[in-house]
Amino acid sequence: MNHQTIYLDNAATTAVRPEVLDTMLPWFSEHYGNPSSIHAAGREAKIAVETARKQVAAAIGAQPQEIFFTGCGSESDNWAIRGLADVAKGRHIITSAVEHHAVLHTCEYLEKKGYEVTYLPVDEYGRVSPQAVKDAIRGDTILITIMTANNEIGTIQPIAEIGAIAGEAGIPFHTDAVQAVGAIPVDVKAMNVDMLSISAHKFNGPKGVGALFIRKGLRISPFIFGGAQEHNRRAGTENLASIVGMGKAIEIAASELEEHGKQLGKLRDKLIGGVLSTIPDVRLNGHPTERLPNNFNMCFRYIEGESLLMRLDLAGIEGSSGSACTSGSLDPSHVLLAIGLPHEIAHGSLRLTLGNDTTEEDIDYVLTKLPGIVQTLRDMSPLYHMEKENA
Amino acid sequence: MYSEQVMDHFEHPRNVGEIDNASGSGTVGNAKCGDIMKMDIKVENGVIVDAKFKTFGCCAAVATSSMATEMIIGKTIEEALALTNKQVMDELGGLPPVKIHCSVLAEESIRAALEDYQKKHA
Repeated sequence: MNHQTIYLDNAATTAVRPEVLDTMLPWFSEHYGNPSSIHAAGREAKIAVETARKQVAAAIGAQPQEIFFTGCGSESDNWAIRGLADVAKGRHIITSAVEHHAVLHTCEYLEKKGYEVTYLPVDEYGRVSPQAVKDAIRGDTILITIMTANNEIGTIQPIAEIGAIAGEAGIPFHTDAVQAVGAIPVDVKAMNVDMLSISAHKFNGPKGVGALFIRKGLRISPFIFGGAQEHNRRAGTENLASIVGMGKAIEIAASELEEHGKQLGKLRDKLIGGVLSTIPDVRLNGHPTERLPNNFNMCFRYIEGESLLMRLDLAGIEGSSGSACTSGSLDPSHVLLAIGLPHEIAHGSLRLTLGNDTTEEDIDYVLTKLPGIVQTLRDMSPLYHMEKENA
Repeated sequence: MYSEQVMDHFEHPRNVGEIDNASGSGTVGNAKCGDIMKMDIKVENGVIVDAKFKTFGCCAAVATSSMATEMIIGKTIEEALALTNKQVMDELGGLPPVKIHCSVLAEESIRAALEDYQKKHA
């Protein structure tokens, strides 16, 4: 009865790996110096921060001096966009309709401040067209910000192509790579990006720490004033242990990227294939191949996502949904609406995101439970009844 | 987030289904908002002797429909018409603030079923 819990919400957050935690622990009460202090304790803390900076830089093909530690991925997004807008001469920003709210809400804030924002539409798979980016560029465009991979449906964007277009036009290009780093290869040179947001807890690092890559020579305003930390651009005493943990976590993630990508992709395909072959009236959301290896996102007709999540939870399976009831608003996910789904179908979405410890047995268990749960909810649904009568 | 009673009614919903030749039935809500509730009632001698529901919606919507059917069975039309979503919520040990609108649907579906009955028997 009480099956062990299967955590399939790794896009929300991941477990800190034991070896990451081990690396972090001494930096709380043993080596707790302030990296800005001049004495030995401060110096060793400073070295630890700079080691982590090198580890982060190495994982994304950047120089250490181009890495700035932040408090989270959302902060990195906020800083990249607002910091650039602050110093740029121009009023226009290009982004997409499927960005994370950290990007969208920052853009909306800037709209109130008089900036103009183009929210590019996406195709049915959630992809932004590079040509559409090119066409949207104006004389006063100051920034293009397009995410590397979508957090809900896992679709990977043609970032290198967009980056090349931005580069040609001489417009700074930011990408929110929070879901991508640790999941797929990310290289700031190959992708032609000028700024890139990272969050540690998405790749088995700790929560409360992120980073922003800012290409050398790109000027953006500081995000927090009050100290010389992070080259005078992001003041505040460093989150020492977490920064150390982030460095370790990204180093491990980068070294295991290829192997884990293959393994996760296989399990994901088994899950998608298993659902498609056992449950009628479902659809896969996101791109069939250009998607994160750990992302499953499907809609189940005639049922509502929160009910589905809760029933799965009772069966020991933890996932997430883009239904209104789970977003705290009356509208379902903006991403599902942007790929053209009608509200009633978008309400019935389920996202399962695999992690490094997900096993084939876990997937088998989900595949034994899910069909029955979906049918139970459909049997309760007046929509199912109406559609089947009309059919 | 949800009370024990809500989880109990969600996990084991009472009176799910439909009534053949129902005395009255009502459907409220719409799929766009993510909530639809259909309520069937059977009335004998002015008393609701049976109620069945079907719900497309979240946990709170399912639990309130389930609880509402339990609360109106055995009641007269007048008593059932007086039932409010607050009474249903209280009986469920409360709902999170963002879910209160889901409970309104239960009250509305009962009212719709009763009005249907009254129209048929006017």
